[in-house]
Amino acid sequence: MTQSASFKREWLWVIAVVLLLLALPSLTSSRTAQDFVVRLAAYGIFASSLNILVGYGGMVSFGHAMFFGGGSYAFSLLMQKAGTSIPVGIVGGVLFCALLGLVVGAICVRLKEIYFSFITLAFQMLVHSVILTWTSLTGGDQGLMGGIPRREFWGINLANNTTLYFFALAVGVICLLLMRYILQSPYGYTLRMVRDNADRARFLGIDVWRVKLYAFILAASFAGIGGIIMALFVSGAYPEFSYWTSSGEAVFMIMMGGLHVFVGPVVGAALLLLFNDVISRNTEFHGLALGIVVLVFALGFKRGITDFVLQAFSKLKQKRTA
Amino acid sequence: MSCIVTQTSAGLIVGALLFLVAGGLTLIFGVLKIVNFAHGSLYMLGAYLALSAFRMTDNFFIAVIVAGLGVALFGVLFERFLMRRVYNADVLMQLLVCYAVVLIMDDAVKIIWGAEFQSMGMPAEFQLAPLFIGGGVVPVFYLFLISAAAVIAIALWYVLTRTRMGKIVRAAAHNPSMTSVLGLNTSMIYGGVFAIGGLLAGLAGGLAAPVRSMSSGMGFSILIESFIVTVIGGMGSVTGALVGALMIGLVRSFGSIGFPLFVEGLMFLAMVLILVFKPSGLLGKETRI
Repeated sequence: MTQSASFKREWLWVIAVVLLLLALPSLTSSRTAQDFVVRLAAYGIFASSLNILVGYGGMVSFGHAMFFGGGSYAFSLLMQKAGTSIPVGIVGGVLFCALLGLVVGAICVRLKEIYFSFITLAFQMLVHSVILTWTSLTGGDQGLMGGIPRREFWGINLANNTTLYFFALAVGVICLLLMRYILQSPYGYTLRMVRDNADRARFLGIDVWRVKLYAFILAASFAGIGGIIMALFVSGAYPEFSYWTSSGEAVFMIMMGGLHVFVGPVVGAALLLLFNDVISRNTEFHGLALGIVVLVFALGFKRGITDFVLQAFSKLKQKRTA
Repeated sequence: MSCIVTQTSAGLIVGALLFLVAGGLTLIFGVLKIVNFAHGSLYMLGAYLALSAFRMTDNFFIAVIVAGLGVALFGVLFERFLMRRVYNADVLMQLLVCYAVVLIMDDAVKIIWGAEFQSMGMPAEFQLAPLFIGGGVVPVFYLFLISAAAVIAIALWYVLTRTRMGKIVRAAAHNPSMTSVLGLNTSMIYGGVFAIGGLLAGLAGGLAAPVRSMSSGMGFSILIESFIVTVIGGMGSVTGALVGALMIGLVRSFGSIGFPLFVEGLMFLAMVLILVFKPSGLLGKETRI
C-alpha cells in the first residue's frame, strides 16, 4: 500500500469516529455514555501525552500525574479565586504545567531509564505533598471544594452537560491531532532518533538534552489539558489526581493499549476506564483486581491490544498475498 | 543542649530505619541494575508480620526475627516468580510488575489485617522510664533500635567485604556474565540478593512496629525517602546509603523544629543539588546512570 493510501485511510477512520461521537448525544440520551466520553477525553489526552515520553522519547516517566493534577489545580484555582474566564483559565493552567515541566524536566531528563522513572516519581510525590499540606490554598486532602464556576464564554455554556460533552470531544480531538502533527514533524523524528541512539544523535550535532526537555514540556502541557477537562467534569480538583497511582494507571493505559500505534494509549484509556467502572461496582478491593490484570498483561501478553490487532491484520494480508 | 540530644536520637532512629530499607534497595540495584519499586511493600509486610507474631508470642525479639525471615522468603518468591521474567524486558515492564505488586500488597494487607490503622504498642521489655542523657530525654527503645541497626549494618558490612559470599555478590555486581563464566550460579546470587534485601526491609519493619502506626500505604512513603537516600549516597553504594540515611534522618528531625512544613522540600532540595552537581551521589562510582 502506498503512503498516501494509508494516510487517506487513517483520515477516514478519524472522520468516522468523530462523526459517530458527534452523533452520540442524539442516538442515546444516556448520561453514562456521555460522561464516559468526557472522562475518556481527559484520560486519553493524559495517556497520549505520556506516550510522547514513553513511546517516542524512550523516557518512562512514573510521575506524569503531577501535571494532570497540576493542570486541574491551576485551572480550578484561577477560576475560583481569580475569577477568570474559562479560556484564560485553560491558558493559565497549561502555562503552569509547561513551567513546572520546564523546571522538573531540566533536572530529570539528563537521567536514564529507571533512574529517570524514580526521579519523576519523587517529584510527583513532592507535588502531591505540597497539595496536601498547603491547605489554605488547595483544601488539603479534601480537595478543592466549592465547585468551579463554569461561566459562559463565546456563547458556550459548559454548565450544560451536552455542551460540556461537545467541548471535551473537540478539545480531545484537537489535542490528539496536534500531538500527531508534532510527532510526525522533523522534531518528532529527531525525538525518535534520540530514543534509538542518543550518541549517534549527539554526533550529528543534535542537542539531546534540549530535544528531551522539549518533549517533557510538551507532554506536561498536554497532560495539563487532560487535567483541566477532568476538573471541568468533576467541578473540582482532588489530590488523587496527582497521586502515584494515577501515574501508574497512565503507564498501564499505554502498555495495555499498545506503544506502537498512535491511538494505542486512547484505546488503553478506554479499556482501563471501563475496567475501573466494572470493578469498583463489584468489589472494594480495586487495587487487588487491577494488580492482577496488570500482571497478566505485563507477564502474560507482553504486548498491548493494538499490537495484537496490527499483527492479526498483517498476518491476514500475508495470507491473501500468498 | 537538652533539645539537641532529644532531636539527635529521634533523627538517628529515622536514619537507622531508612538505612535498613535503603541498604536493601541499593544492594539490589548494585547487583541487578533494577530499582525495586516494591521495596516499600517489603517493609510494610515486615511491620505487619511482626505485629501478628508479637500478638501470638508476646515476644518482641521473636516478632522481629519472624518479620525478617518471612520477608526474606517473600523477597525470594517475588524475585523467582515475577522479577526474574522482566530482567531483560524494558523499564516499562519492570515498572508495571512492581506497580502491580504494590497494589496487590496494599489490598492484601487490608484484607488480612484490616483497613484501619494498627499499632503494636511498646513491648513490656521496653516500658521503662526514659533515660536522661546530657539533659535530653531518650526513650530506651530508641537506644535499642539504634544499636540493633548498628549491629545489622556491621554484620552486612562484614558479610559483603569479608566473606566468600560477599565477594561473589560483589563480583556479580561488577560483571555478571564474567561471574557466570567462572562457574558461579548467578541466578542463585540474584535470588540471594533479593533475600538479603527482603531480610533488611523486614527487620526494619519489625523494629519500626512499636514506634510507627501501620496502614496499607506505609510502604510507599518510606520507598520515596529511601530512594532519596540512595540518590544522595550513590546508587549501589551501601556505605552511601548509611551516610544518606543518617543525613536525611537528622535533617528531618532538626528541620521539624524550625520549619516543619518545609522538611519534605528540604529533602528534595538536597536530592536535586546532588543530582545537578554530582549525579553519581556522594559515594557512588562515576558510572553512567
